[in-house]
Amino acid sequence: MTEAAQQIIETDIGIDSNGETDQFLTFIMSTEEYGVDILRVQEIRGWDSVTPIPNCPPYIKGVINLRGTIVPIVDLRERFGLESVEYGQTTVVIVLKVIGETSERIMGIVVDAVSDVYNIKNEDMKPAPDFGSVVSIEFVSGLATIDEKMLIILDIDTMLNSNDINAVAQPNVEQ
Amino acid sequence: MSIDMSQFYQTFFDESFEGLETMESGLLGLDVGAADEETVNTIFRAAHSIKGGSATFGFTAVAEFTHVMETLLDEMRAGDRMVTEHAVDLLLQSVDCLREMLTAVQNEDAVDSERVSNVQKDLEILLNGDESSAAQTENTVEVVSENSNNVSTGWIVEFKPFDYLLKTGNDPVRLFRELSLLGEYTTTVNAENLPLFNDFDPELSYLSWTVELVGDITVESINEIFEWVDDDCELIVTAISSQDEEVVVDIDASAPEQFSQEVEEETEVSPIVENNVQELKPENAPEAKTTPAPAPAPDKRGAKKPSVDQGSIRVGIDKVDALINMVGELVITQSMLSQLGENLTQEKLEKMQDGLAQLERNTRELQESVMRIRMLPISFAFQRFPRMVRDLSHKLGKEIDLRLLGEQTELDKTVMEKIGDPLVHLVRNSIDHGIEMPDERQAAGKPRMGVVELNAFHQGGNIVIEIDDDGKGIDKEVIRNKAIEKGVISENEVLSDEQIYDLIFAPGFSTAKEVSDVSGRGVGMDVVKRNIRELGGTIEVKSEKGVGSKITIRLPLTLAILDGQLIRVGGDTYIVPLVSIIESLQVRDEQVNGIAGQAELYKLRDDYVPIVRLHDVFTLKPDSEKLTDGLIVIVEGEGNQVGLFVDDLLGQQQVVIKSLETNFRPVEGVSGATILGDGTVALILDVVGLIKLSKQERIKAA
Repeated sequence: MTEAAQQIIETDIGIDSNGETDQFLTFIMSTEEYGVDILRVQEIRGWDSVTPIPNCPPYIKGVINLRGTIVPIVDLRERFGLESVEYGQTTVVIVLKVIGETSERIMGIVVDAVSDVYNIKNEDMKPAPDFGSVVSIEFVSGLATIDEKMLIILDIDTMLNSNDINAVAQPNVEQ
Repeated sequence: MSIDMSQFYQTFFDESFEGLETMESGLLGLDVGAADEETVNTIFRAAHSIKGGSATFGFTAVAEFTHVMETLLDEMRAGDRMVTEHAVDLLLQSVDCLREMLTAVQNEDAVDSERVSNVQKDLEILLNGDESSAAQTENTVEVVSENSNNVSTGWIVEFKPFDYLLKTGNDPVRLFRELSLLGEYTTTVNAENLPLFNDFDPELSYLSWTVELVGDITVESINEIFEWVDDDCELIVTAISSQDEEVVVDIDASAPEQFSQEVEEETEVSPIVENNVQELKPENAPEAKTTPAPAPAPDKRGAKKPSVDQGSIRVGIDKVDALINMVGELVITQSMLSQLGENLTQEKLEKMQDGLAQLERNTRELQESVMRIRMLPISFAFQRFPRMVRDLSHKLGKEIDLRLLGEQTELDKTVMEKIGDPLVHLVRNSIDHGIEMPDERQAAGKPRMGVVELNAFHQGGNIVIEIDDDGKGIDKEVIRNKAIEKGVISENEVLSDEQIYDLIFAPGFSTAKEVSDVSGRGVGMDVVKRNIRELGGTIEVKSEKGVGSKITIRLPLTLAILDGQLIRVGGDTYIVPLVSIIESLQVRDEQVNGIAGQAELYKLRDDYVPIVRLHDVFTLKPDSEKLTDGLIVIVEGEGNQVGLFVDDLLGQQQVVIKSLETNFRPVEGVSGATILGDGTVALILDVVGLIKLSKQERIKAA
């Protein structure tokens, strides 16, 4: 058992009585660590080829067949405007349940690698300052610190329901 | 009893709605004056079970209402009452009313109590005999209000079961046990009918009882106990204290209208009754009310329907049996294959291939029979028309003969649900705009009675529904002028007949000179077309002035599966629905012509067909951009033909349609997705959307 995991278990026991913690699955993109509510994670799978969807923004990689369901895949690097990298050994797709106004959807996000699972107390969550431009502040539900590291907790419902995913992209006209 | 009754609600509603349909179709088939006894019986039985059920579940309003209907039907059944046009109309109204009440109860909505009491009142007037209706009701009300003061003292219940009571599974002991719960009671047995021991039949009941109940008891609670046996006994409930007044409640159908009045009176408060009396007063001529309720709003009913049949489906046992057989075969094939696979040697290879072929056959059969479960005969969609046509022809004063053909043609339940409303609209249009008034028809040398024919049949992988009328047809000039007036087309545009008929589907287009509340508002036809398009179908109009019009709807049999042609562009595979493909061909350079250097036209025999390059529309990387290197698939959508330029044709196969929208959103030019044999996803092209997309692109590029 790794030291980190040991620590998780210890913290686990410590906080159980308190009850106001949430568990987060974290993943890495470039050097940053992001977290999503673990209860929303359906599964984690290795990167496999997708079927591209025509006339969609480039961060929508396409759709995959998840045991008979068609699931769209979003590249989070491209979504956040990070420099895209070649998909490699650790590249994974995190399949998430996204709750919209009217319905629940299953979507996948492509990230560099999964990292860990953390317990985070509600009071340890800090609101994110407005850092403008690329990553809209609406997508970030808070910041948390674990071992001197900053975790960016994402609000996936806002992020994956936002208009730019739902809006029909204009067909690219090459001239 | 502590059984949770709510678990049976759904069954009750299912059965009741079915019963209502039986009643409706029975009533429509009833010949005025010479009613078929069996039909009346059927209607009566349906009403009776609805009444019984609703009373059991405590839906008293429904039970009371049905009781009045039942009484009327009972008199018809016994031959005491003639089946008049008026009575049938009223009963049909009651059926509507009952349906609304049941729907309201099911959805826990409020019931339109005014309408209910109006119809109920009409029924009661009919029952009481038309002459003295108003006065009589007033009397009843008086008696009732007096009576309600006397509730507390007690009742004498005379209970004379008919001799077959025991055979119906009812036991008087249980009834008495229930009665004893109401209050103090004494019973006197009357055994005078008891035969000699030798003649005694143990299955018959010979006894009758007089029960004296003392206590604060409502007549309603007594009647509730006898609810299930009221047809199998003679029951007289008399109030003890007011014996000089003789408020008699005889459930055995001699004066039930009073009973229901009383019940209403006792359970509700008096203002309702006062209201009713006021409403009744101006109604000395009840015939004034006989016209069918203004447009019994089939739209509304149609819209409500989905909530009614919460996705349950009745499947014939033969279909289930076929399915079980198929699964059995599949299991056998599977075990055979796994046996073969255990130690596979060269010589067994052939057997293995046979096995796999068998597996494929089994799977396909299984798939087909699963699909068949979702198939229902189209009569489910047709059955509302006789009623609608009847009401409409009354209302419009037209004589119409509705003919339904091919009612057993099966189609997918989902398709059926979505086609119902468009069909209603089209039939209504045929009747309102198509069929002329009888005099007009006679003058034109046609029979007075107009014919509207609905025909359904299978053709290829499609179901075809035709709506044919012998009315005045569509006047092309009128449509043309109207379209010019509305600015849909310009004055000197030349249109083919087809294009002119297509105009009636344009939004906001109506040719009716006056707007009636039946149709002619100019909404609808565009919705009809849209609905049909959404189902992947087409609609086509043919008409001849003075002779009639024919509307043909083509729909896919099912929405779940489609025959597709796999095509390839670069590294991507797409599926084109086979129904929209006309032909595929190799391009010869000399047959391609350009227009303004932009659009490319392909000369296909006598026509010029625009070429749509799929790789342009979808921004893909093709193998080659040279038309001669690839293939052109001529596809048709909404009457437009285009040549789709692709790299290659792969195989043809049946594909199961999966929605993109569930987890994503609609994509233009794509109608859905499917999973191919290798587990990857392929997109299904939407030809109509694709044509639109390519037009947009061309406009942009220009």
